[in-house]
Amino acid sequence: MKRYSVKIYITLREGILDVQGKTVEHALHSISFDTLSDLKIGKFIRLNVEAENIDNARKLIDDACKQLIANPIIEDYQIDLEEI
Amino acid sequence: MKFGIIQFPGSNCDHDAFYATKFNLGAESEYIWHKETVLPNNLDCIILPGGFSYGDYLRTGSIASISPVMRAVKEFADKGGYVIGICNGFQILTESGLLPGVLLRNTSLKFICKDIYLKVENKTTSFTSAITKDVLRIPIAHNEGNYFAQNETIKELEDTGRIVFRYSSPEGIVSTEYNPNGAINNIAGIVNEKGNVLGMMPHPERYSDEMLGCNDGLMVFESLLATINNK
Repeated sequence: MKRYSVKIYITLREGILDVQGKTVEHALHSISFDTLSDLKIGKFIRLNVEAENIDNARKLIDDACKQLIANPIIEDYQIDLEEI
Repeated sequence: MKFGIIQFPGSNCDHDAFYATKFNLGAESEYIWHKETVLPNNLDCIILPGGFSYGDYLRTGSIASISPVMRAVKEFADKGGYVIGICNGFQILTESGLLPGVLLRNTSLKFICKDIYLKVENKTTSFTSAITKDVLRIPIAHNEGNYFAQNETIKELEDTGRIVFRYSSPEGIVSTEYNPNGAINNIAGIVNEKGNVLGMMPHPERYSDEMLGCNDGLMVFESLLATINNK
């Protein structure tokens, strides 16, 4: 078995209004960070997993994302894996 | 008639739901701990109460939706048993797939706790058949009540009369002005396809006792009692 360090980035899907992101963006504009745009706020999850290979590890994490970690109706996720 | 009220860690409207069903409605009512895997016998309706199950961690209702008891709740609903999810209970129902869509954060980014008016859109459901008014006054108390679903889901809900309650004016006017949280089409409550599962953000159990100055919410439970008695 190999061991992988996993990073999961969860963001709201395109077309879903990210009110929190918008509010922070407006706040930044109000203190003169005028050139910032498209600010999105998401979630970052880090964990370790044991699996035979990287494909199996990715599949397992993908299942976990579908079943609990993310809600596919409103969220996209990206999984980064690195062997440790 | 017998109610079962599920208690998750962080539920905080369980006692209100118990009081409303037992003392205001006069039905049998009992608590069910979330670790139970078998439901009590002869239950007619399960209530998933409001609160902050599992501290609202990850997404509201997400962790409760995979609690041990939820497998039994799903089987109960699949067999036609009645389920009411109120506020956090509604969020748990969407996360568990018993109802479509999802509850997003309020567009104001504020926790809203106030009385609102609800237009009763469908009085033919098991949960609304004994409602004698067109508009109810019921409190809301939530941070994530902004109902969202894909366009095709919304269309299906609209076309099949499954939107039971909408936020409105006291006279029943439905417009963005009376939408507290940004919910699509002012949706405050929906039922599933079979009509035995209701999810709603407002709290009918909090306005079930006349002593509180309003008991409009009691009519939701009375409707279900009438449905059960007429079976």
